[in-house]
Amino acid sequence: MLRVPFKPNRRDLLAGTAAAAAALAAPSVLRAEQAPLKVGVLLPRSGFEAGIGQDCQRGVDVAPAILKSLGLPALTIMDADTESNVDTARARAEKLINDGAQLLVGAFDSGQSAAIAQVAEQKGIPFVINIAAAPDITEQGYKFVFRNFPTAGMILGDAFANQLELFGIVGAAPKSVVFMHVNDTFGTAMSKGINAVMPKFNMPYKIVDEIAYDPAARDLSVEVAKAKAANADALLLVSRLNDAMLLTRELVKQRWTPQAIMSMGPGWYEDQYLKTLGKLSDGPLSFVPFQDPNKKLTKALEAALAKSSPGVNLSTNHVYTFEALLIAADAYKRAGSADPKALADAIRATNITDNVSIGPGIQFNAKGQNDKLKNGAIQNRGGKLLTLAPKAAANAKPEWPMKPYQNRG
Amino acid sequence: MSFDVYLNVAVAGVLTGLVYGLMALGLSVVFGVVRVVNFAHGEMMTIAMYLAVVLFAQFHLDPLLMLVPIAGVLFVAGYALQTGLINPFITRPEHSQFLLLVAIGLIIVNVLLILFGPDARSVQTSYAYDSFEIGPLIVDASKLYAGAAAIVLTAVLFGFFRFTRTGTAIRACADNYTGAQIVGLNVKHLYALTFAIGAACVGAAGAIMTLIIDVTPMLGPSYTLLAFVIVVTGGLGSMPGALLGGVLIGLTEAFAGLLFTPSAKSMFAFGILVLVLLFRPQGLLGKRLT
Repeated sequence: MLRVPFKPNRRDLLAGTAAAAAALAAPSVLRAEQAPLKVGVLLPRSGFEAGIGQDCQRGVDVAPAILKSLGLPALTIMDADTESNVDTARARAEKLINDGAQLLVGAFDSGQSAAIAQVAEQKGIPFVINIAAAPDITEQGYKFVFRNFPTAGMILGDAFANQLELFGIVGAAPKSVVFMHVNDTFGTAMSKGINAVMPKFNMPYKIVDEIAYDPAARDLSVEVAKAKAANADALLLVSRLNDAMLLTRELVKQRWTPQAIMSMGPGWYEDQYLKTLGKLSDGPLSFVPFQDPNKKLTKALEAALAKSSPGVNLSTNHVYTFEALLIAADAYKRAGSADPKALADAIRATNITDNVSIGPGIQFNAKGQNDKLKNGAIQNRGGKLLTLAPKAAANAKPEWPMKPYQNRG
Repeated sequence: MSFDVYLNVAVAGVLTGLVYGLMALGLSVVFGVVRVVNFAHGEMMTIAMYLAVVLFAQFHLDPLLMLVPIAGVLFVAGYALQTGLINPFITRPEHSQFLLLVAIGLIIVNVLLILFGPDARSVQTSYAYDSFEIGPLIVDASKLYAGAAAIVLTAVLFGFFRFTRTGTAIRACADNYTGAQIVGLNVKHLYALTFAIGAACVGAAGAIMTLIIDVTPMLGPSYTLLAFVIVVTGGLGSMPGALLGGVLIGLTEAFAGLLFTPSAKSMFAFGILVLVLLFRPQGLLGKRLT
């Protein structure tokens, strides 16, 4: 039999090249299905909430490595700054979607999150809220908006339950409090909620005065003078970061140390608060959504944060921002596609039990709300955040009453 | 509420108002002579505040000690700004002056944002948390020092305009521009000097202000507005009016916060402005224009 040597002609070359190209392209087609999900992360990186926005960013920074270790697909993060402003938040959300974002995460603030939710719903792009508590956001019948953060009513209910638990442990309780709160969307929602929720808990104290103030205020001396004049045992607060620092400075200057400072919002446990005020930051109690220090993923997140931001205490901002990205990656893996509707359906079916926050895990109800989240009671001591309640997540006993500011050296 | 509370709030309001007054004084001086409303006034104050913050952070220099050098820097910058940019606009329509100064203000805000970022910065002096207890009165030490410095600086400025030849010449320019030129005064130089003095005032106020509030680049526009409210209330061009306006606004904000709701205290300050514009348009101590 004659063996004819192979001499490729132009047609053979063309066919061979096409075959080789197809063979090379095949994996990339497969890879395209696994391409990173484009996630637009909206945070107040400047303006009066900049400190908290930048703290939330730390939760974004540590996410890729942890998500990879969990076997979840990669995310391409598209950063956007809401400038602590509702209108800017809305505009940035639109721009992110126009630039190709397939899912949005954000935005720490209720007003800004509500504005982004409208845009996300109109454009049909899933939006996972990291932190925002105004109840209305998940009461609009939105199909693309999900919140892994308690509503104002949930925070208040848990806060009162945790307070009663602490009063029982220390065997003491304030008889009267002044309620000071910011007058933004979150503060107003909390103020409205307190009247509805508090009577259900038979609290040992009465609210003797309510003081609303501007979260962007640069001087809170009058507010503190007014609170002090009420002669209450303790302060009940819903604040932000800058105002929490201003309030503390004024408490020191006006020589008033209440029996307890009980915060039901951000500010008092933030790392910037601890670092800026040093010994003066010790004592305040925060009744807020928090991490369960005993969960496996909490330890992983804590270790990653210690590596990326040495000296920073893990707290709410990192936890819920990280969990928002965890939800996105988990849903993307299950959906197998970046199609907005498939992603939204996958998020709605989320069931993550290996998580960080206090509670049984991450699941969403029909309104897109995780209604199983629980608060923690946190106390600042020696620059650290100690969990006092609920009992299952506690790692310390409460210190009561607060040490007077004037005796701290 | 006891009398002690009112007394404490009144003292805090007066001390804050004195610093407000010093800040607004620069705006009033410039308008009184050059007839230009400096819409970059608050932004110039933030430059002074950042200078104070940087000097404190780098060399631990107290803002009260740095008040004179910082005022000096702003004086030079103000003189250069007037001769280089504003002087050509003196005879142009008012909207051109407005646009020029708003543009300068925007540039300052953005340069500060680039240099320092959006975060608030503060000066933590050794007396930052101190207060004096005098009977029922608790006075914030920083506010007391700031208020005292504002009074001293205002007195120096009054003295300068009243008793020095340069001050008299500047007042002559303000009273009669043509007459000042006829008698041989260098009006351009005196205008630049006036703007420089106004800038020095706001520089000193900025250094003092770091004792009371944190600084951010975005602080400028709100303080331009506040200064404007104060000088319109006190009387545009009137130095005692600026101080009176500052104290009045400081007191109004303090008592509105105490008696009504703190979140609406700015509303009451603007309410005072509206009343003044309705019943005494020239301001409390301003001269009626004929």
